[in-house]
Amino acid sequence: MAKLRVGVVSPEREIWTGEADMVIAKTVDGEIGIMPNHAPVLGVLVEGGVLRVKRGDEGDLVAAVHGGFISVANNDVSILAEAAELGSEVDVARAKDALQRAQASIEADQEDMEARLQAKRAAARLRAAGEEV
Amino acid sequence: MGAQLRQLRRRIRSVRSTAKITRAQELIASSRIVKAQQRMQAAVPYEREITRAVSAVLSNTSNIDHPLTVAKEQPAAAGVLIVTSDRGFAGGYNANILREAEALKAHLVERGLTVKPYVVGRKGLTWHRFRGREMFGEWDGFSDNPSYANAKEIADALIEAFKADNGIDEIHVVYTGFVSMLTQNVIVKRILPLEVEETETPPEGIPPYYEFEPTAADVLDSLLPRYIESRIYNALLQSAASEHAARRRAMKSATDNANELIRVFTQQMNQARQAEITQEISEIVGGANALADAAAGKE
Repeated sequence: MAKLRVGVVSPEREIWTGEADMVIAKTVDGEIGIMPNHAPVLGVLVEGGVLRVKRGDEGDLVAAVHGGFISVANNDVSILAEAAELGSEVDVARAKDALQRAQASIEADQEDMEARLQAKRAAARLRAAGEEV
Repeated sequence: MGAQLRQLRRRIRSVRSTAKITRAQELIASSRIVKAQQRMQAAVPYEREITRAVSAVLSNTSNIDHPLTVAKEQPAAAGVLIVTSDRGFAGGYNANILREAEALKAHLVERGLTVKPYVVGRKGLTWHRFRGREMFGEWDGFSDNPSYANAKEIADALIEAFKADNGIDEIHVVYTGFVSMLTQNVIVKRILPLEVEETETPPEGIPPYYEFEPTAADVLDSLLPRYIESRIYNALLQSAASEHAARRRAMKSATDNANELIRVFTQQMNQARQAEITQEISEIVGGANALADAAAGKE
């Protein structure tokens, strides 16, 4: 079966490239699963989403992806993230800390959009690292 | 010791310490160019992908009517983003940028536009302040090592002004493009209204027909600001690399010049010392002769 060529890039660096059987990402319309020979798609990703790249025997690659786009054409999948972090690179203690701080400021001020964003991002990083949130 | 000799020694000492400083600056700049180049390289994949995505949307939607791509019929004001450095010691780097910015300003004024400068870098800021020019955006502190967050901040301010009613109708950017270690050129570009530029030759054949999630307009809405951020980030990165390259070159010629001065002064100093010794000898000989003559006269 054909494979997908996947690239996860952020403005400052290329985070991961490789081959995969399936890519699952969360767009603003909902989760989207891409398998080989998928029709060309260009989607907007949600803030604080989790990207899952299924690689068969090698196991899944999980990353926290904050905003950005997914573009699929001719079995090339590019994830353009404003910021992204591989699950294996997440500092769980720091992410938990960030989540708690963000939740505390949300309780203090329900309108604090910045804190809501921070909370979403921290939660995505924890989920990417395999923690329950 | 003669006065001239002492003076020369002092000058050599001061030139030597200057040379040490310029040499250190040169070495620092050389190592930073490499880092800046790596950062430019690291940003290439994202730029390529986002350019491809923007062209994909534009080629799939026949009549785009997005505020960021439509040129106003009667533009009234133009924003000019000028990227300078925070520190000097970089030869003509900032002077070149500001000269080009002035030329662009003259050109825009000719077209009947009001020019609103947005300035990055302490050197550009002081230049504008000194002349009492109003600035509409000021950023400093990151010219030698810009991050994407910096680019985002600048892009946000520019896009906001572009969308506002009495803001700006065009955005131009003046920065230094990094061609190689030896060549950097000032580049003047219009970034808004948008003209998508292909970074590489477009792929052969018909572009694929994309589906959009949620819709083409929504995708374009969030894609275009990202594209502009990426263009500005690229301009900042190139400027940073160019700044280091310009500084390295300036510091190298300063060091060479100082070494040449040290050579000349050392030669002069040796001459002065030799002249002093010769004079002392002739004085001693003269004195001895006079004594000998006096003694001979008594007899």
